[in-house]
Amino acid sequence: MENQTETIHSATNKTPLPMILEALIFISETPVSLDKFCELLPEYERLAIKNGLKELQQGYEARGAGIRLSEVAGGWQLRTVTELSGYIARLAKNKPARFTQSALETLAIVAYRQPITRQEVEYLRGVDSGAVLKTLLEKRLIKILGKKEIPGRPLIYGTSREFLEVFNLKDLNALPTLREVSSLDETVDFEVQEELPLATN
Amino acid sequence: MQITENQTLEQPANEEHHGYNVKLDVFEGPLDLLLHLIRKNELDIYDIPIALITRQYLDYIRFMQELNLELMGDFLVMASTLLQIKSRMLLPLPEPEDDGEEEQDPRAELVQRLVDYQRYRDAGLELGERELLGREQFKRLVVADDTETTVEEEPALHLELFELVEAFRKLLARLPVARIHEVAARETLSIVDAINDILEQLHDKESITFDELFSEKMDREHLVVCFLALLELCRIKMVRVMQPNRYGTIMIINAVMSN
Repeated sequence: MENQTETIHSATNKTPLPMILEALIFISETPVSLDKFCELLPEYERLAIKNGLKELQQGYEARGAGIRLSEVAGGWQLRTVTELSGYIARLAKNKPARFTQSALETLAIVAYRQPITRQEVEYLRGVDSGAVLKTLLEKRLIKILGKKEIPGRPLIYGTSREFLEVFNLKDLNALPTLREVSSLDETVDFEVQEELPLATN
Repeated sequence: MQITENQTLEQPANEEHHGYNVKLDVFEGPLDLLLHLIRKNELDIYDIPIALITRQYLDYIRFMQELNLELMGDFLVMASTLLQIKSRMLLPLPEPEDDGEEEQDPRAELVQRLVDYQRYRDAGLELGERELLGREQFKRLVVADDTETTVEEEPALHLELFELVEAFRKLLARLPVARIHEVAARETLSIVDAINDILEQLHDKESITFDELFSEKMDREHLVVCFLALLELCRIKMVRVMQPNRYGTIMIINAVMSN
């Protein structure tokens, strides 16, 4: 009995770390953060875990696997390879996610300007945004962060972890840089007007 | 698709347009429409000929008037903004201010809004082009076990409204009945405050119980407001109310916060 435990134990020690990490990620519903790994695997150094993840990630790519290890929403997650989406659609019952332009532009405003109130969103969009904010709340892409200490105490919104997960972002810093971000909160500099791209899309 | 619709909409307003099937959400809003007009006329966004743009804008909303009344509000606000800017530009410039502040172009705020709007709209489109979970990429589906081999847990019943009301009735019944009618002005209770209180209690918590929500100290009026707030939160789906087993504790579950 004692021997057996020992064997198992020593076997555990010899289990390659990437293998352990892979199993943990496979089981988890949400992306697993490095902190979480460190907590679950106190016997390993943080750096070792980091390297293990990299190794695992490279492994999927090297063997041309159907799934990849992605770093999203502050953690690690296994996802299918993009070019397989057509095949996944054959299996999945749910319709693929779709976003309207109003949902996307509202999300972008919340993402880049959070914490933000509904009025501020509406000022930027020029249209009533109550319904679209509500939909985004229901889809859990945004969340209520609290209320602003101004008259009326409006709710303030920010993006959620799910937003990062769905939009395949490692964290908020991974958001693509806004064009001409430098002048975002300044009044328009009329000198540089010609350099601004007007028509895209 | 979109191009055809735009073309349709650009038909002069006095032409017959019966039979056109116009999609009303072609433009997301007045800013989107203005950007479209600026682009169409190949104008410089920083030097918009306000008269031209205002005329085209008004033509457009006149055309739209028969088609869609719901969107009109926001579009009309912008129309009045445009007219205001136009009139301000017609006025002679006032004497330069003493503090040397430069007279701002009446169009400046609108230009800034257009630039900002365009930026976020583009950022939104860019977001939409990413490889999205549930569209291009998929994660393992976590599906409830059909085989039911798992240990039987208390299935969470969605609570019937009736039961919620019943629970509230019991709560009210606990209050001492006789109360002298108070006339003195008191702090008014708003449902919004009560909503905020509930959200605060649910902040960083997954759930609280129905009883936790209503403290012993609350008077009848307070209880009613609090209950209305709870119903409102249910309606806008920010909380879910569940009862893990029949006649068990009613749980208020945070439906918005992640995890």
